[in-house]
Amino acid sequence: MTTTTTPAAKVQQPLKGQAAVKAVRKAFSSSLASAAAVFIGIIWTIPTFGLFVNSFRSREAAATTGWWEAFVHPSFSLSGYNEVLTGGGGLAIPLVNSLAITIPATIIPIFVASMAGYALAWMRFRGSDFIFFGIFALQVVPLQMALVPLQQYYVHGLQIFGVTVLPSPGINGTIAQIWLTHTMFSMPLAIFLIHNFIAQLPSSLMEAARVDGASHLRIFRSIVLPLSMPAIASFGIFQFLWVWNDLLVAKTFGGTSPEMQPVTARMQSLVGSYGAHLDLLAPAGFLTIVIPLIVFLSLQRYFVRGLLAGSVKG
Amino acid sequence: MKRHARFATAAVGVAALATVAGCSSGSSNTPTASAVPTLTGDCAQYQAYAGHSGSTVTMFGSILSPESDSLNKSWADFQKCTGITIQYTGSNTFESDLPVKVNGGNAPNLAIIPQPGLLQQMVATGTVKKPPAGTVANEANWNDAWKGYGSVDGTFYAAPMSANMKTLVWYSPKYFADNGFKVPTTWAEMMTLSAQMASKMTGPAKPWCGGIGSGTASGWPATDWLEEVVLGTYGGQVYDDWISHKVKFSDPQIQTAMQTVASWLQNPAWVNGGYGNVATIATTTFQDAGLPILKNECGMLQQASFYEAQWPKGTKVGPDGDVFAFKLPAVDPSITNPVEGGGEFVTAFADDPATQAVQNYLSSPQWADSRIKVAPGWVSANEKVDQTLYTDPIDQLSAKYLADPTATFRFDASDAMPAAVGSGAEWKAMVDWFGSGKSIKDVAAEIDAAWPTS
Amino acid sequence: MTTAYVALASSTLGQAASTLFGVVEAVGGFIAILLIVFFVAGRVTGRLQRPIAIVICLGPALFLVTLGLIIPAITTINNSLRNQQFLGQLKTKYIGFKNYTYAFTDPYTQQTIIRTVLWLLIVPAMAVFVGLLVALLVDRMRYASIPKTMVFLPTAISFVGASVIWSYVYNYKAPSLPQTGLLSQVVMKLGWSNPPNWLITVPLNTFLEMIIMIWIQAGFAMVILGAALKGIPDEIIESARLDGASGIKLFRTVQIPMIRTTLVVVVTTVMITTLKVFDIVFTINNGNFSTDVLARQMYADMFVTNQVSRGSALAVILFLAVTPLIYYNVRTLRREREIR
Repeated sequence: MTTTTTPAAKVQQPLKGQAAVKAVRKAFSSSLASAAAVFIGIIWTIPTFGLFVNSFRSREAAATTGWWEAFVHPSFSLSGYNEVLTGGGGLAIPLVNSLAITIPATIIPIFVASMAGYALAWMRFRGSDFIFFGIFALQVVPLQMALVPLQQYYVHGLQIFGVTVLPSPGINGTIAQIWLTHTMFSMPLAIFLIHNFIAQLPSSLMEAARVDGASHLRIFRSIVLPLSMPAIASFGIFQFLWVWNDLLVAKTFGGTSPEMQPVTARMQSLVGSYGAHLDLLAPAGFLTIVIPLIVFLSLQRYFVRGLLAGSVKG
Repeated sequence: MKRHARFATAAVGVAALATVAGCSSGSSNTPTASAVPTLTGDCAQYQAYAGHSGSTVTMFGSILSPESDSLNKSWADFQKCTGITIQYTGSNTFESDLPVKVNGGNAPNLAIIPQPGLLQQMVATGTVKKPPAGTVANEANWNDAWKGYGSVDGTFYAAPMSANMKTLVWYSPKYFADNGFKVPTTWAEMMTLSAQMASKMTGPAKPWCGGIGSGTASGWPATDWLEEVVLGTYGGQVYDDWISHKVKFSDPQIQTAMQTVASWLQNPAWVNGGYGNVATIATTTFQDAGLPILKNECGMLQQASFYEAQWPKGTKVGPDGDVFAFKLPAVDPSITNPVEGGGEFVTAFADDPATQAVQNYLSSPQWADSRIKVAPGWVSANEKVDQTLYTDPIDQLSAKYLADPTATFRFDASDAMPAAVGSGAEWKAMVDWFGSGKSIKDVAAEIDAAWPTS
Repeated sequence: MTTAYVALASSTLGQAASTLFGVVEAVGGFIAILLIVFFVAGRVTGRLQRPIAIVICLGPALFLVTLGLIIPAITTINNSLRNQQFLGQLKTKYIGFKNYTYAFTDPYTQQTIIRTVLWLLIVPAMAVFVGLLVALLVDRMRYASIPKTMVFLPTAISFVGASVIWSYVYNYKAPSLPQTGLLSQVVMKLGWSNPPNWLITVPLNTFLEMIIMIWIQAGFAMVILGAALKGIPDEIIESARLDGASGIKLFRTVQIPMIRTTLVVVVTTVMITTLKVFDIVFTINNGNFSTDVLARQMYADMFVTNQVSRGSALAVILFLAVTPLIYYNVRTLRREREIR
C-alpha cells in the first residue's frame, strides 16, 4: 500500500530522458506479448465472426451446415441485409431514434453523476459517506422491480397513502421519459466510477483554487470536469452501449407509435411472429454493432489522450 | 342473406353505441348523435362505426411483422372511412409487458390476449372493461367453446379473433407417394406407418422429428403433444377438469397419456429425424424442427397450422406440393373429431366510444373477411365468415376442422392453466422430460407442486 | 433496388433531421439550465455558499435515485412479505417471512443459490484476469487498438445477439451429420468422435454459459484497467526497471499496487453485473437443465409465472448478498482516504 502514489506525486516528477522511455516501451512491445494479445483477440472474435459469415448465408444453409463451410462451398447473398435495410420502412429511422434516445441518456447522467461525485468527494459533510455507499449499494436493485412504480409515477405522480406528494412530470409516452429512466438506473455505477476518480485528484489543486477564491461550483466546472475526462469517457462508453442495447426500458416507457421505435425494438419486430425471420437477426445484429464500435473507437482515442493530458498538465 | 344479416348486426351496434353514449353523461368529449356524419360510397359499410373521427385507439399484442402488417392492412379502409386511427404495437414479451403496462396506469385501449389464463388474470385486477353491446350482440358468431374462453366466471369479456389449428401433422406428400406410404386416418394406422417407415429409413432419417426449443418459451410444443393425446384419449370433459386441476398431472389418466406421448415421440427408433437422439428434441428449435422433412430425413412433424410460415421460401405447400398436413387422428377412435386450437381475444381497457367502435368492428365478420383477403395464413374464429375466401390449402384445412360442428374443440390447455404452470413449471418439466429423461412420475409431481394455492 | 433506397432516404431525411434537432435542443437546454444555475449560485457568497453548492450538486442525483431505486426497493421489500401472485392482484395479505423460508428450503431454489455463488466467484475472476492480461500485453504495444477492439467487440453486442452468436458455437448435431456448432466441429477434428450435447450436459453447461458472460465482461475490465495502467507514469516503471524489476515482478510489485483501487472497482462492478444478469441464462435455455440463476428465477417469478412475492423475496436476497461486497469496498476506499 505504501507504494500508492497520488497523481500529485507524478506531476511533480519531471519527464526523464527520452532514451529511457524508449527502453521501457521496447521491453513491453516484445513480439511475444503482441502475439499473445493478438491471439486472445482472435479467440474473442471468432464467435462473432461466425455470426458475420452466417449473416450472408441463407437460413437453410445456416441451419444445416456450419458457417466455416461457407468457405468451402461459397453461397453468399445480400438478401438479408437488403430486407433489413428496406423492409417495413427501413432501418434509418430506428437508427436515428436509437441515437435520439442514447445521446441524451448518456450525456445527462454524466453531468448529474459528476456533480454528485464531486460533492461527495470534496464537499465532505456529515453523512456524505453514508450517501455515497448507499447509492453504490442501490446498484443491485434490479431494473425490473422499478418498472411498475416508475410508470405509476409518470402517469399519476408520486402518491403516498393516496396523497400526491409529487405531481406527474407530464412526459408520459415521450422520449424524455426514456432519458429520465436510463439516467436513474445509471446513477449508482456512474457516481461510483466518477467519484472514485475525482477523489484521487490532487488535493493541492483544489486547495490552490480555494486560496484563489474560487467557489465550489467554479472548481467543479473549470478543474474537476476537464480533469475527470478519462473516467467520464469510460463510463460514457458503457452507458452508451447499455442504452443502445436496451429493449426493456424503451419498450416499457416508449411511445406506442412504431415511428418512435429504437433499433432493438425494430429488430424484434423484424424477426417476426414465431421467429419467422430468424435469419434477419444476423444482418440486423451487425448493422447495430457498427455504431457502438465507431463510438468506442473515437472515444477510446479521446480518453487516452485526456488521461495523458491530465497527468501532464495538472 | 348474409350481407343483410351483417347490416342488421351493425345497426344493433349503432343503437347500442347511442345508448352507451346517452348513459355516460360524465364524459364530455362524446360526440352527440347528431354529429355523426353520413358515410357514402364504399365507406357506407362503415356507417355503424362513424362519428369518432380524429380519435386514436392504441392496441397492444404479441403479433409481430409480417402478420402485424396484414392486420394493419385489414383495417386500413376502416381507418380511412371512420377517421379513427388504430395504433398497433407488437411485442414478443407481450405476456410480461401487458401486466406492467396495465399496473403502471399505462394500459393500451385494446389488448389482443392469446391466453385465456392471462385474460382471467387481467379481469381479476379489475381493469378490464366489459365489452360494448355491439360486441355482445355479435356473440352468436362464435361457438360456445370459443365464447367460454373469452369469458370469465360466466361474463363475456373478450371477443375471439383468430384461430389456429394445432391438431395437424406435417409431411411430404411426394416422399409418401414415392415410398407408397398412405396418410393415416386412425391412431393405430399412424403407429403402424411409423414402424413401417422406421424399418425403411437409414442414417439420420427417422419417421418423426420434433423441436421444443423456443428461447424463453422452450417446452411449449411438447405441452401441445400431451394436450393432443389427453383430448384424443379422454375427450373434452377430462380435458376441462385437467385445466382446472380437478384431474391432476399425477392422475392415472394423465399418466397414461404421458406414456402414450413417450411411446410415440420418445421412441429412440422413431425420433429425432435429421437431428439425432431423443434428447435433441429439447435443444432443437421448433422453427428448425421440420426442415429435415424437405430432405427426406424426417417423415412427420406434429406442429400447428402456423408452422406454415417456417418453410423456406419457394416451398410448395399443398396436397401435391413439397409439404402438406393431415389431421392428427384421435388416440381413442370413440372420441369424435378432437381439435385443439389457439387464438386471441380482444380485451378492452378503455370504454370510450372510439375504442368501442373498433372493438365492435373487430368482432364483426366484416373485419374477419377483410383480414382473410389481405394475406393467407390466418383463420378466423368467427363462424360467420365467408369460408370461400380462404385460398391457402392449410387455411382451408384448418377452417374446415375449426368450423366443424361435430368437432370436440378445446383451447390449448397450457394457455388456459394458471401461468405458474402453463408458462412455467409445465414448460420446464417438458424440457427435462425430453432432454434429461426424467421419469413420468417425477415430471408430473413437479408440475402438480407448482400449481398455485389460492 | 437503388431507387428504393433513394425513395426511402428522401422520405426519412426530414424525419431524421427533426428528431435529431429535438435531441440537440434537449441536451443544449439541459446544459444551458445547468450553466444558468451555476451562474446564479456563483453570485452567492458567504456562509450559504457551501450548502447551496452541495444541494445543487447532490440534489438531482438524490432525487433521481430516490424515485428510480429507493421507492421501488421499498415496494419490493414490502411485496416480499405478502402473498401476491400476479401484478395488480387486488386482495393480498402479509404472510411474514414465508417467502424467504420457501426460498431457502425449496430444493430447486437452493440449487439456484449455490449456482449463483459459483457464477459470482468464477465470472469476475476470469473476466478481470483476461481483461487485465490484454490490458497489460497491449499497454505499450504499437497497434494496441486492434487487439483491444477485438476484445471489446463482445461488450458492444446485446445479450440477445450474444446468445445467437454462441448458439453457433454450442449447437449440437448427431456426429453422423454435418455439424453447425463450432465447438463440436473442433473437438471432433481433434479426435473426440462423439462429443456430448453441450448445453444439456450438467454441470458442463453452466460453465459454458459462464464463458459467454466472461466473453462479454472482459472488454469492460480491459478498458477500465487499461486506462488505469496508462495512468501509471512512465517514470515509475522506468525507475523500477532500473532497480532490476521486469516481467512478472514488475507487474506484481509496481503495476498491481498502482491500480489496486481500480481493480477492486472493476471486480465489484463485474460481480454486481453478474449477479443481476439474467439475459444469458434466460435466452440460451431459460434456466433449464440445471443452469438456473437467482436473477432469472426472480424475473420469471415476477413476470412469467406469477409469483410476485416469491420473486420479490429473491430480489431482497440478491440485495443482501451484495452487502459484503459493498462493505469490502467501503473499507478499501476508507483506507485509501486515510492514507492521503
